[in-house]
Amino acid sequence: MNKPFRLFFLFFFLLFLQVFVLNNILLFGSINPYLYIIFVFLYPLKENKIQLLFFSFLLGLLIDFFSDTGGVHAFAITFIAYLRLFFVKVYFRKLALDYPFFKLQSESFGKRFNYVVSLTVIHHLLFFLLINFSFYNLFNVLTNTFFSSIFTLVLYFIGTTIFTENE
Amino acid sequence: MQQLIFFIQRFKYFLFFILLECLAFGLTITNLSFHKSKFVNSTNSLVAGLYSQKSKITAYFRLKSEIEILVAENVRLKNLLEKRNLAVIIKDSTVVDTVKYFQKYTFTAGKVINNNFDKEFNFLTLDIGKNQGIDKEMAVVNSNGIVGIIDYTNNKYARVQSILNRNSRINARLRNTNYFGSLDWDGSDYKTVQLLDIPRQAPLRIGDTIETGGKSAIFPEGIFIGRVSKINRGNSADNRVTITLFNDMSNLGVVYVIKNFERDEIRKLENLENE
Repeated sequence: MNKPFRLFFLFFFLLFLQVFVLNNILLFGSINPYLYIIFVFLYPLKENKIQLLFFSFLLGLLIDFFSDTGGVHAFAITFIAYLRLFFVKVYFRKLALDYPFFKLQSESFGKRFNYVVSLTVIHHLLFFLLINFSFYNLFNVLTNTFFSSIFTLVLYFIGTTIFTENE
Repeated sequence: MQQLIFFIQRFKYFLFFILLECLAFGLTITNLSFHKSKFVNSTNSLVAGLYSQKSKITAYFRLKSEIEILVAENVRLKNLLEKRNLAVIIKDSTVVDTVKYFQKYTFTAGKVINNNFDKEFNFLTLDIGKNQGIDKEMAVVNSNGIVGIIDYTNNKYARVQSILNRNSRINARLRNTNYFGSLDWDGSDYKTVQLLDIPRQAPLRIGDTIETGGKSAIFPEGIFIGRVSKINRGNSADNRVTITLFNDMSNLGVVYVIKNFERDEIRKLENLENE
């Protein structure tokens, strides 16, 4: 499969997975995984950085349409899409020259873990802060962030171990 | 001018990012306010169409509980009818005076095709809209009690601001008295809501029934809400009472939308008073 088509497929697969399956899990009443953010992890590093911002904003906005959250998903995913390059620099020490050869799966587990966990926690924290929209239930925000992050990360790492073994 | 263009050229990535974030933040804020028209919501034909397709499939899994709810409601309504019959028989004649008769409310049935209850600001999507006469600020109930208020409609679908929404304020009272307060939700548990500002002299006990007060032009009076489960005897300013809902908000199927024919007249009168 060629690359643009694969990304296109990934975009809609993640959208429908999130709104029709994962939004209905509600473990212990309120814990949901937000797995659609792996779009940001899987999107290839490119010179043209604006593309990723735009597509992740679009993905977030479409999920907002489905879950009646205004622009919360869009805000959170655009934020981590912007921060992605910074974390790539910090954890993997890659320069702009290395971008075409960068593959997340071929990096060591420790680095990948740090990278994914940082972005996921930032996304979830922003998401729950905006969903809550006050400083009234701050403890709820933190517990929700913690448990949902764990759920998302478990799903992500299970998914990657399953889908990369064949290669 | 050239400086400006250079500036935009140089920071276009950052500026684009700021633009998108402002857009998203703006959409979040308009989504929360009741009276603004909304752009991002689940009532547009594409999203709601997909949801109604989904609900066609998932509706089969809830048929059993749906039937139980409907049977329970039928029993309650039949018992009410029997009570009325008795009153008529005692009078020994039925008088239907069409001059005295007037209808204040009308009910429309609809199906919940999308239900949220895990967030702080929850909304539902119904498969009925303006074509069925549904409009903003109509009450949504089901057989167990209140569900919410219509907050946005288009031709085929409607969005409901659930009672599990921190912006929702509904007039409620203690059953069989006139002590009223306003119903609020603190955003933590979908099984309980909070009743605020009920007078301290109200004879509240644990297990008492709370119903809608009819002080607003939206809800008819006497619709069930829930039972008092915790009373705050402290000295807090708002006299917060916790209420366990009769309704299971995580399991909603068919709901009724109530239209109040006198709403506009009541509104007009209330606005006159304010001036």
